[in-house]
Amino acid sequence: MRNVYLDYSATTPVKDEVLQEMIPYFTEKFGNPSSLYDKGLESRDAVSHAREQVAALIGAQPKEIFFTAGGTEADNWVVFGAADKLKAKGNHIITTKVEHHAMLHSCQFLEKQGFEVTYLDINEEGRVTPEMLEAAIRDNTILISIMMVNNEIGTVMAIQELAAVARAHGILFHTDAVQALGNVPINVKELGVDLMSMSAHKIYGPKGTGALYIRRGVHISNYLHGGAQEAKKRAGTENLTGIVGFGKAAEIAKRDFDKHVEHCRTLRNHLVERVLAEIPNTFVNGTMEHRHPGNASITFEYIEGEAILLFLNHAGISVSTGSACSSNSLEPSHVLTALGVPVEKIHGTVRFTIGDFTTMEDVDYVVDTLKNVVSRLREISSVNTQKGW
Amino acid sequence: MALYNDIVMEHFMNPKNVGELENPDGSGTYGSPVCGDMMQIQIKVEDETIVDAKFKTFGCGSAIASSSMATSMIIGKTIEEALDITNKQIIDALGGLPPVKVHCSVLADRAIKNAIYDYAQKAGKTYAALEGYDPNEDEDEHDHGDIEE
Repeated sequence: MRNVYLDYSATTPVKDEVLQEMIPYFTEKFGNPSSLYDKGLESRDAVSHAREQVAALIGAQPKEIFFTAGGTEADNWVVFGAADKLKAKGNHIITTKVEHHAMLHSCQFLEKQGFEVTYLDINEEGRVTPEMLEAAIRDNTILISIMMVNNEIGTVMAIQELAAVARAHGILFHTDAVQALGNVPINVKELGVDLMSMSAHKIYGPKGTGALYIRRGVHISNYLHGGAQEAKKRAGTENLTGIVGFGKAAEIAKRDFDKHVEHCRTLRNHLVERVLAEIPNTFVNGTMEHRHPGNASITFEYIEGEAILLFLNHAGISVSTGSACSSNSLEPSHVLTALGVPVEKIHGTVRFTIGDFTTMEDVDYVVDTLKNVVSRLREISSVNTQKGW
Repeated sequence: MALYNDIVMEHFMNPKNVGELENPDGSGTYGSPVCGDMMQIQIKVEDETIVDAKFKTFGCGSAIASSSMATSMIIGKTIEEALDITNKQIIDALGGLPPVKVHCSVLADRAIKNAIYDYAQKAGKTYAALEGYDPNEDEDEHDHGDIEE
């Protein structure tokens, strides 16, 4: 059976080039980067090299990169670190309704401790405008956090314009760039962001490794306390193999950026065009203009997403759904809800995300399979075009 | 390594009794697309015995599988016997469902009751099991989990 993985926004396989780079650091080059003998220094050099590679991908200085255990830790660090550092200045945070749960749940935790959080709506494109942000700013706002690329609908936010609003008010600006990294051009200096979260496993690196960019001159409190690693800002023995892998993945992402984006966009557009042309009563969520090159969030009316997922899985195809019934969650997607998609249609939403190992044949196989699956489920369904919802 | 067991998958992939009856003696729906599941069950009754049943379901894998199983279970049963069918019996017949999916079988049991209620209304019959029964009463709220990436 053919196996087609179309869930690259969930995670990516580690590229062989990356794995080969990592392997020696599991075995012969295992030294603790904090140790002062050669074996330690060798590891320290490897971490420094990776820091340069990640910095180069986003136009930062290596000293501005702090490795973490992933995007979630980076987001948590920002929220709790900024709240603690700036609590004398104010207790108001602005974010959006469509952030990753790493941001939303961290903010909700702070709310229980007396902080106030504004969750911005998105417009019909799935974006926050500078005007919407401007209107939410208060005298006591200490942090603004807006994701660069949404994980469900792939919308790319106008970070440069939004960061400029924050800067004009002297407020810290953070962006969660976990889905953006390697998929949209990022230059932190041009964007004008103060803080930015990243993850390795979305760019063909290993899981359990990420980083926080902290612009020089920006200060937030530490989140993990212990040893003097990461310039005394993030304690804990470095995840050496993970960091080395992240560095290599970042180097490849920079080297092959244009090719990667073009490949994903071509296949994604082919998928969207075929689905919309060949399967009736379907629509794409979010704007096609400002969008992650590999993302297609498509709603299939009158059927339910988990049922689609199961049939596709049976055909060897991996996708995810915005459906309430997908796996453990019975709550409809907060992103599609914020976008204004009616709840009954959210249930029929599938997210396809294309990556470097996807082929045109894969996409055609998926569309051909989908046509059968959708018509079969619509035969079973108690709602349809005649009966309506 | 699967979300559902083989019995559930078989009833999902190859559901029995899909469709609608031409002149049903009773027709019931339960759930709503907004909640993610809506089931319609129709029955044909002869001499107080359910001789045929069909379903149409908007919903997830376990909702479709439990519709298939529930309709299979009531065919050949008397109305009284069909009214005795519980969620637990449907779940057991399916070899079990993940806890988060149990509400999908509640749907099937309610859709059966609603179809019989409709039959009773039309045929002017009364059944002890339907005394005070409200076909539109909401199911209970359930605990919701989360999945992350």
